[in-house]
Amino acid sequence: MSPMQAPSPRPVSDVTMRSHPFPMQTVEEKKPAGELAKLSATNLVFHYGSFQALHGISMQVYENRVTAFIGPSGCGKSTFLRTLNRMYETIRNARVEGEIVLDGEDIFKLEVSELRRRVGMVFQRPNPFPKSIFDNIAYGPRINGSVSRSAMKDHVEQSLRRAALWDEVKDKLHHSAYGLSGGQQQRLCIARALAVNPEVLLLDEPCSSLDPIATAKIEDLIFQLKDSCTIVIVTHNMQQAARVADYTGFFLMGKLIEFDNTTVIFKNPAKKETEDYITGRFG
Amino acid sequence: MLSLRRKTVNAVMLSLTGVCTVLAVGTLLFILGYLFLHGGTSLTLDFFTKLPKPVGEPGGGMANALLGSAKLLLLASCIGVPIGFLGGVYLAEFGGSSFSFVVRYTTDLLNGVPSIVIGIFAYTLIVLPQGHFSTLAGGLALGVMMIPIAIRSSEDFLRAVPVSLREGAMALGASKAKTILTVVIPAAKAGLLTGIMLNLARVAGETAPLIFTAFGNRYWSPGWEQPTAALPVMIYTYAISPYPDWKQQAWSAGFVLLMLVLAINVFARMILSKGGHAAR
Repeated sequence: MSPMQAPSPRPVSDVTMRSHPFPMQTVEEKKPAGELAKLSATNLVFHYGSFQALHGISMQVYENRVTAFIGPSGCGKSTFLRTLNRMYETIRNARVEGEIVLDGEDIFKLEVSELRRRVGMVFQRPNPFPKSIFDNIAYGPRINGSVSRSAMKDHVEQSLRRAALWDEVKDKLHHSAYGLSGGQQQRLCIARALAVNPEVLLLDEPCSSLDPIATAKIEDLIFQLKDSCTIVIVTHNMQQAARVADYTGFFLMGKLIEFDNTTVIFKNPAKKETEDYITGRFG
Repeated sequence: MLSLRRKTVNAVMLSLTGVCTVLAVGTLLFILGYLFLHGGTSLTLDFFTKLPKPVGEPGGGMANALLGSAKLLLLASCIGVPIGFLGGVYLAEFGGSSFSFVVRYTTDLLNGVPSIVIGIFAYTLIVLPQGHFSTLAGGLALGVMMIPIAIRSSEDFLRAVPVSLREGAMALGASKAKTILTVVIPAAKAGLLTGIMLNLARVAGETAPLIFTAFGNRYWSPGWEQPTAALPVMIYTYAISPYPDWKQQAWSAGFVLLMLVLAINVFARMILSKGGHAAR
């Protein structure tokens, strides 16, 4: 069922009127004590050609926390994720207005390669390079020249350990990465992203092509990683958001309807739309 | 009733497609068999090692034509491969605009230009100013012939590299140039190599563009500035000669040329099927 047909007592435009004029305020109000904003977006507007995909998103991603974005397909959550490391720039006719700040720095003024080193990304489908496991992990450090040749072996091991993959692949580091299972490939991609020591890790539906066991492993991993990394995850799976995320944002038709503590979003959402989506009434 | 009609139509169409398949494959087998019978059986080691003998003298070979063809192909690759490859990189990675549409369209047109016209082009460009035929002119003609297919095959194989791999590299901080160099081209390597080899195999048999560029030579052709013998031209000259032993040698040369082209083809396919799996 599409959101358009949803039996909603309050029209969606009503929500726009409420949340749009002073969106920063609403976020600031709710900023919990003791949290540091790692990334903050202000009035982010996104166009694909003439189609407006994001309508003034303002929110903050807190340091060393897991933030999940949920919402029906096409709601803009992946688009928003892809603006955080400027991956949208590969798309023709994509246009962004608004501000995103990473640790006080405007990301649109940063060198794009530096931004992407600091804000890593793992994609929906595992996308290992057609190279050996070792070369996959070493790829990032090599192109950035951040790890010396002699230290590479240890660095690769450490990255694989951080992604909980070392024990499974330590005897076949020089085999093709394509020989791994889907779940292993996805953890390899996480390890590859970790190898450049990102401050933020963006996960774009990382488990959508994996079975439940592989999914559980990745979720465990997310849990361990948040000590060293700020994590933003887009997911179609609400249970997954409830399990792994500290904060959850609900997107609908290009707007951030609600953003709060995950418990609040799932137990006591403020907005009717959020409740409808969480309880499965649409989406 | 209906079922009978359906069965008849099925039988007719099935035999028709089958017969056509057999015809297509059969033609190659027929040519192979015919060439083997006429040329392969009388092939001697001399063919590969000796220079042609004058009319009337028996024996002799086409060693100079083999070497000439090899030199022409080397020169052609030096011209056609870099231009075609870099052009393909441009079209696959930076194209998509109206300019690349124009480039694609013109390469298709260039591909359709009769080979003899390309020969005239090289003739005007090199032979006329220099006043003599040369390996250089022949190599240029063949090189120009390689360009359109080299561009299109490189473009196709580069495009076949999934977007997800490019994204993976860019998400790690790789620039577009680095992504292309370190991920896209290595991933397409097997295909690119295959494209080059098939292209070589195709121009290896070209005769028309060589007739007034490389011209032909009954002796060795040292360097790049002299007329040179080439296998296809040699076949042409020998086949239209009135001497039975020359005709016999033309058969042998035809057989050798076909075997060489087939060998390149088979080798190219082997690279491709091996490269299908990720490189170690």
